[in-house]
Amino acid sequence: MTDIQLPPSLQGVEPVRSVRTPARLEYTYTAGAATTRFLRGVAEGKIIGERAEGGKVYVPSRGADPQLGVPTSEQVELPHTGTLTSFCIVNVAFYGQGMEIPYTSGLILLDGSDLPIMHLIQECPVDDVRIGMRVEAVWVEPSELGPTLESIRYFRPNGEPDRVVKQPGKGVTW
Amino acid sequence: MAELNAAGVLSAPLVIEYPFSRTTGPVVGAFLTGLREGVLLGIKGSDGKVLVPPTEYDPYTAEDLHELVEVGPGGVVDTWCWVRQPMPSHPLDRPFAWALVRPDGADVGFLQVVDAGSAEAMSTGMRVRPRWAAEREGSIADLECWEAET
Repeated sequence: MTDIQLPPSLQGVEPVRSVRTPARLEYTYTAGAATTRFLRGVAEGKIIGERAEGGKVYVPSRGADPQLGVPTSEQVELPHTGTLTSFCIVNVAFYGQGMEIPYTSGLILLDGSDLPIMHLIQECPVDDVRIGMRVEAVWVEPSELGPTLESIRYFRPNGEPDRVVKQPGKGVTW
Repeated sequence: MAELNAAGVLSAPLVIEYPFSRTTGPVVGAFLTGLREGVLLGIKGSDGKVLVPPTEYDPYTAEDLHELVEVGPGGVVDTWCWVRQPMPSHPLDRPFAWALVRPDGADVGFLQVVDAGSAEAMSTGMRVRPRWAAEREGSIADLECWEAET
């Protein structure tokens, strides 16, 4: 393929070497009954988890305890504070990112819950982020609240002393 | 964005998009370069017939092909199908024809859009000419569609 002959009309023009061919999928995401309950709470500035009969509190609840396979029957309003159990510092730019790098994404175990949620960690230099750090939710203005996790802008350190975080595995949960 | 469905459950649009780029190679790259410059290119096959769009290899003998040739700009509709209700992903937002258009000087047709207004204006064997996009960047969309020669 070395000696392609171009017609005279295209001699000397800048050749095309690549094309953008994005793949796009358009879905309608249906939240389901349990997540709808959670999102309605968020729209009112509340974080609502659900407790199963085993005692575990899940947030956002999917409507059932994944260990016991039973419905989560009781709604529990959770505080807006928690402990960072894991985090990732994002140093690589990617398409559709919308964030200035570097930034931190973390797993936050809300006080009184048994499964962490993922959210942004801000107002904290990335080098200072650590497992066990205490954080609090920063919400959008009340007029901007809606049924989306974006109603919480991010979590930030709340100044409380770090907590020891139990590591999962070896029969130990959070 | 979010709305309630009949069961009282929230739902919202979710779009997933991957920003692929594709390297075109010398033959498809030349074809797209031609579109950007308003020139249609075919390539001479092993038997001397001209293929549009050009391929890197002959479809029968698998030999490397080298000789790009200018075709068109006019062409003939070899066959067509009228689309009464365009889909969101279609190139035109009004009824149009998918057609195999064989540019002058080419021996095969390729699938193209003919903006004819109505199915009554379409016929096999009709003469068409390309309508180029106002701004061209070296993509298949540079050749917006075809229209009847007047």
